[in-house]
Amino acid sequence: MATTHVELVTPQRNLFSGEAEMVTCRTEGGDIAFLADHMPYLGVLEPCVVRIIAEGGGETRMAAHGGFVEVHHNRVTILADVAEPGDDIDLARAQRAREEAERAVAAGNDPEAEAALRRAQARVEAAGG
Amino acid sequence: MASGRERILRRRIKSVQSTKKITRAMELIAASRIVRAQQAIAAARPYVTQMRKVVADLGHDPEGQRHPLFRQPEETRRAAIVAITADRGLAGAYNSSVIRTTERLIREYESAGVDVMLVTTGKKAQSYFRYRGRAAESFIGFSERPAFGDAREVAAVVMRAFEEGEVDTVNLVYTRFLSLGSQQVTTRQLIPLLREDIESGTEDDAAEDSGGTIVYEFEPDPEEIVEKLLPSWVEAELLVALLEGAASEQAARQRAMKAATDNANDLLETLTREANNARQAEITQEISEIVGGANALAGASATSE
Repeated sequence: MATTHVELVTPQRNLFSGEAEMVTCRTEGGDIAFLADHMPYLGVLEPCVVRIIAEGGGETRMAAHGGFVEVHHNRVTILADVAEPGDDIDLARAQRAREEAERAVAAGNDPEAEAALRRAQARVEAAGG
Repeated sequence: MASGRERILRRRIKSVQSTKKITRAMELIAASRIVRAQQAIAAARPYVTQMRKVVADLGHDPEGQRHPLFRQPEETRRAAIVAITADRGLAGAYNSSVIRTTERLIREYESAGVDVMLVTTGKKAQSYFRYRGRAAESFIGFSERPAFGDAREVAAVVMRAFEEGEVDTVNLVYTRFLSLGSQQVTTRQLIPLLREDIESGTEDDAAEDSGGTIVYEFEPDPEEIVEKLLPSWVEAELLVALLEGAASEQAARQRAMKAATDNANDLLETLTREANNARQAEITQEISEIVGGANALAGASATSE
């Protein structure tokens, strides 16, 4: 199957660079998947899980907390402000953080808390929870 | 017993030796920090390269091009200058070169009737310009280990000034880290984006882009995306400048401290020679005094007989 080149970079480090069959992530318009030869696209990334499906089905998950995604010339470039590989995330801690964020959101209409909840949710999902 | 001259020389030798210990230690510390600073540049480079590519692609999109960041001002009435220096001295000409270049740029602007808004990073530029009574927005405390957050704070100040129309252009004065042996003070226009910045980002795609425009699907709408993307680009560019400055600072410090250590070695050699010379002269003098005394005694006893 045709593949597309994927780069996931943050100012701290280069997290992923290679070929993939499919990449999914979430932009302001909702979840989106990119296959090979997607049309030129530029979107604002929401805190979400980036799933990179390699040829043959291997999946890499990463939590990305905002940034941009660009598709151009069969290349998907994800520029994340902050991102971490799912394998590096401590699931139990991420779940505790999510519960805390849920309580904070329930307690009041705080946009900051809602953003924190979205980030916590992305981390839990990336860690496989 | 050491004479006055020899004692003075020995004392100087001690003091030069202890100075040498300090400069040598600073040289080694700087050398180890260069490696870390270079790693930080290497780690940030993919992000910045990709960011440049995206912005370059955007520069080819008809919607993107409309953003003020891409538009050259018809006339410049107020310009911002961001000068990147270190928090600490003892780094050779590192700080003074940046400050001198900044001063020259300020003079150029002001003689052309352009007001200058100054933004500085590093204590050295802060104290220099404060002493001369020039108002500047200063950031300090991160010159050796700049993080993305620091670049963000600086970017926020210049972006606000640009968006509110306080300045028409933003220039960056920083030291490029070309290699261990070569760093160069560079002045570069950051905002608005220069055409060549846009072109250089797409170099490798040039053949495919012969048409010059790409039409994107935007999500959300183009204006909002450009609004968010371009500030991130400014942050990325500032991050690189800060990181390169940090590496250059350490390289300059290492070189300065190596020169100081070498100089201390030369000085020690000369001083040791002088001290030995003084000691020898003293011994010679003592011997000739003894011989002279003995001869005088011998002469005296000979005549008395």
